[in-house]
This record gives sequence, structure tokens and C-alpha cells, in this order.
Amino acid sequence: MTNVSTIAETPGTTASTVAGAPRRRRRSNRLSPLLVAFVLVPFAVESIWVFWPALQGFWFSLTRWDGQTPPEFIGVDNYVELAGDATFRGALLNTVIWLVLFGGLSVVGGFGMALLLQKERRGVGFYRAALFTPVVFSLVVTALVWRVFYQPDGVADQILRTIGLEHLIRPWLADPQTALYAVILPALWRQIGYVMVLFLAGLKAIDPALHEAARMDGANGWQRLWYVTVPQLKGVNAVVLSVIVIDSLRSFDIVWSLTKGGPYHSSELLSTYMYSAAFQSLRLGYASAIAVVIFVLALAVILGYLVRAFREEA
Amino acid sequence: MIRKLRTGTFHTGMILLSLLWLGPVIWVVVMSTRTFDDIAANGVGSLPHSFTLDTYRQAWVDGGELRALINSLLVTVPSVVLSLALAAVAAFALSRYRIPGRRTILLLMLAGNLLPPQILLIPVQKFSELTGLYDTLWALITVQVGFGLGFYTFVLHGFMRDLPGEIQEAATIDGAGPAQIFARVMLPLTRPALAALGALSFTWIFNDLLWAITVLRTDDRMPVTPALLALQGQFVSSWSVIAAGTVIAAVPTVAVFLRFQRHFIGGLAIGAVK
Repeated sequence: MTNVSTIAETPGTTASTVAGAPRRRRRSNRLSPLLVAFVLVPFAVESIWVFWPALQGFWFSLTRWDGQTPPEFIGVDNYVELAGDATFRGALLNTVIWLVLFGGLSVVGGFGMALLLQKERRGVGFYRAALFTPVVFSLVVTALVWRVFYQPDGVADQILRTIGLEHLIRPWLADPQTALYAVILPALWRQIGYVMVLFLAGLKAIDPALHEAARMDGANGWQRLWYVTVPQLKGVNAVVLSVIVIDSLRSFDIVWSLTKGGPYHSSELLSTYMYSAAFQSLRLGYASAIAVVIFVLALAVILGYLVRAFREEA
Repeated sequence: MIRKLRTGTFHTGMILLSLLWLGPVIWVVVMSTRTFDDIAANGVGSLPHSFTLDTYRQAWVDGGELRALINSLLVTVPSVVLSLALAAVAAFALSRYRIPGRRTILLLMLAGNLLPPQILLIPVQKFSELTGLYDTLWALITVQVGFGLGFYTFVLHGFMRDLPGEIQEAATIDGAGPAQIFARVMLPLTRPALAALGALSFTWIFNDLLWAITVLRTDDRMPVTPALLALQGQFVSSWSVIAAGTVIAAVPTVAVFLRFQRHFIGGLAIGAVK
């Protein structure tokens, strides 16, 4: 923040107003057209591909539309239909399960790994790299890697047979009982390393003196974890939480590559249901309504994230 | 003694965990070198009884992975360069000058990136049809740029804001305009953040599936991620060819990661600590 004060001391001699001249505002100062373009061009690009489409998305959710004939306004009919749609309710429930299992376990796993691997010691670099490797794969690559595992007579079945649990063997991805969980597992495998890196960065930023002081006061390991580490990670926790919720609601690739939401919608998430309603059943209005539901679920997180960002900017 | 035991337990546990993470990857690499007959006879779960690299030729030529990889690079490289360039100028103007409403603009741009893409899919597809971009790589490039911009701007803004002001001040006194200050002063200082975001956005865009299958339709225009799904349909039970295709699709991002490892992890951490 040093720049703010130093620049403010030089009187505004330039054509363009320099950042942070506090109070002595010179609103009358001309803003160089170049700077205006610097902001407006990127903003216009994002408006064309994000803001305007988002507004259209809301409008489409109030229409019946097959993509060929013009959309026809039908009010909230799509939402009424959603309320009675069993597939939608299943997808909503699956999304909640996904959020809890995928989100919860990746936080627990990532945090645990970060705690175990935070101290620099022999081998830690290798372990971190091993856990992080899947993060750079696409979800489709991840899906194909795991498909090999789930194949009838694949590695998962071999392992179960070796330890004498043959009776558990089933077509993992084709059984409605297990499909959703069989998809969550690879997603977790890829996400834990990512969450670990976020927590490692946060743990590194904690002042070791705090732990030293707590140790002097006779706090044991668990107490230090609970009363020193966790509160100090507040900022990271907020980021991780937002990332996890947004990622969960967006999850699409892995389900699409492994099961496409089947069998019998048993691994259907809101995102996959939306996609197939839009581009396979060509019910664009109805799909838009599902997208709006996803948006509303994400809204609280987005707002929380923005409030945090806003406070930092202030 | 107890200490030694604890170290031993730690390493044993971690090695097992690392195996759990690396094992599936190694398995797929090994499987990609097995022949069709070997897998048909012994199953996908068995150890290899053969060695071939013909699977790679099949995935590369017959499966169209070469074409797909070229498409991926044609999309990813321009998208990364364009979105970082646009984000850098926006972040520069917003962080170093008193633009009216700059905070609102910044947060609005960030909010755009946090939107679930589902709400954008249908309008974006219809818009690309309207502009004649549908089913061209340009559609994918522009979508990737538009959607990523907000986040990159936000991160670069945070970075540029914290750079010392003296240099900018000196340059201003010497009569340098915003363009010179940006190109000669700020951009060189922002290089670490740009490298981090570059490495991250490369993997994100390269790994994308959803936007590609939304704005593209023709098979031979697909980048490597959706092409891999198609490969799976084409070579239904040729597991070794699918495995070879998977390895090919993973190599570029792994290479970028290994080359920019420090920047890459640093980039992920930027968001967490800020």
C-alpha cells in the first residue's frame, strides 16, 4: 500500500489521474482515452460472452423453445413443471449428495494431507507431487483412467477377488446403486491434491511464533490445531469453501464421461440434466430453468465471495 | 527409538498413499503398451504379457488424436495470450488510475467468472450461430477469453496494486504516458503473476470439455478432451488404444506443469492467501 501515499504527494501533473490521490480528488482531470479503452474493451468482451448471455438465460427460462421456431413466452410454467419432475428432484438430491461427499471429503482429505506434509522433510516433495499429479489431468482423462478400474474383471474386481470379497463385485458404473459413488471417487482423487495445495499455502503463512507460544502455555497437539491453526486459516477456509461449492455445482465433465447421468438417471446431477435437456431433448426453455436453479444455488456462495473481495479492495 | 518408529510409520503410510495416487496413472501407461490380444486373453486387470507401441499409432492416426491435438493448441495458445493481454490492460488501468466506478467494474468482472456456465450455454450457442462462429475454433477461443477474463483481471489487479508506486511516479515525471508505463514499467514487474496465470489457464482451457461440445459440432474440429470421449466410442473394447489416447491427451498439461511447477502451484496459492 506504500504506493498510495507516495503517489499522492506528487501533485496531479499528468493528464491521466494517478491512483490513490486521497481526498484531493481531481474529478475534472481528463482520463486519457487509452485508459478508458484499457477498461472498456475487456469489459465489452466479457459483456458479450458472459453478462448478456446470462441475462438471456433468465429470459429463456420463461419460454418454451425448441431452438428452431422463435421462443414462446409461457411465464413460470417451466418452474412449475420442474417442481413435479421426478428426474429433476433426483438430480437435485444427487447434487446435494455430491456437494456433501465430494466437497466434504476433499476438504477433510486435503486438509489432512496438508497437515501431514507441511513440514519440510525428506520425501515430502515427492509425496506432495504424487498427490498433486492428477490435478493437471483433464476430468475426461481422469474418467478414462478410472474406467479401467471399474471394468468387469478390471483392477477393482481383481483386488476384491484377491482379498476374498467376490460377492461385492458388481458392474460399478452400470449399477444404479453404486454409479453415483463410483463417479465421486475419481473426482475426489483429482480434487484432494488441489485442496491440499491451497491449505499448504495457508499453513505456510501462519506465524510459527503462535505455535511456540501455545506450546509454552502447555497446549497439546490437538488444542494447537483447533485453537491456533484453524482460526488462523480463516481466509483460506473461505476460499476453499467457495471453490468447493462452485466446483460441485459446475461438475459436469466427469459424470458426462463416465455415465452421462445414467443408468436410469441414478448419477444425474443438475448440470448433466440441464445439458441433456438442452442439447439432446432440445427443450431449451426448460433447460434454462434448470440452469437458473443452479445459479440460485450458487448465488449465496458468489455473494459471499464478492463481499470478501470487496472488503479487501476497500 | 519412538521417533524412528514414527518416521517409519509416516513414510510407509505416505508411500502407500502416493501409490494410490500414482498407481492408476502408471497402470494406464503400462496398459497402453499391451496388445489387443493380450488384453482380450488376460483381461484389463492383469499384468502385461506383451509390449507394443502400435496402440499409439492407432490413437494418433486412426483415432485422429493428431488432428485433435493441433485443434487444442490452435485454441489454447491464442486464448491464453488474448485473455491475459486483455486482463493485464484492464487490471493496469483499474489498479493504477482513478477510473470512476473501478471497484464495481472489477467485482462485476469477477462475478461473471463465478457464474455457473450452465446459465450461459444456450445463449452462447445461439449467439455463436447468429454470428456465424458456431462450429469454428474462433467460437471456442472467444468464449474462453470472455469467460476467463474476470478472474485473470481480478488476480492481476491484486498483484499490480501492491507494486511500489515510485517507479510509476518517476516515469510519469519523465513524461511517460500510460502506454509506456504499462509496457515498460508494469508489465515486466508483473511477469511472475503472468507466468502463474499463463500456466494455470493453459491447463484449464486445454482440459475444457463443456464449452467445446457446446460451440463445436464437427468431429475433426474437436480439441483433444472431447476427442478423447469420441475415441472411447470408436475403439469400444480396444482398451490399450484408449489408454494410449489418454496418455497423449495428458502429456501437454503434464509438460506445462513440470516446466512451470513453481509458478503453477504459486498461482493456485495466490487465490488462497489473498
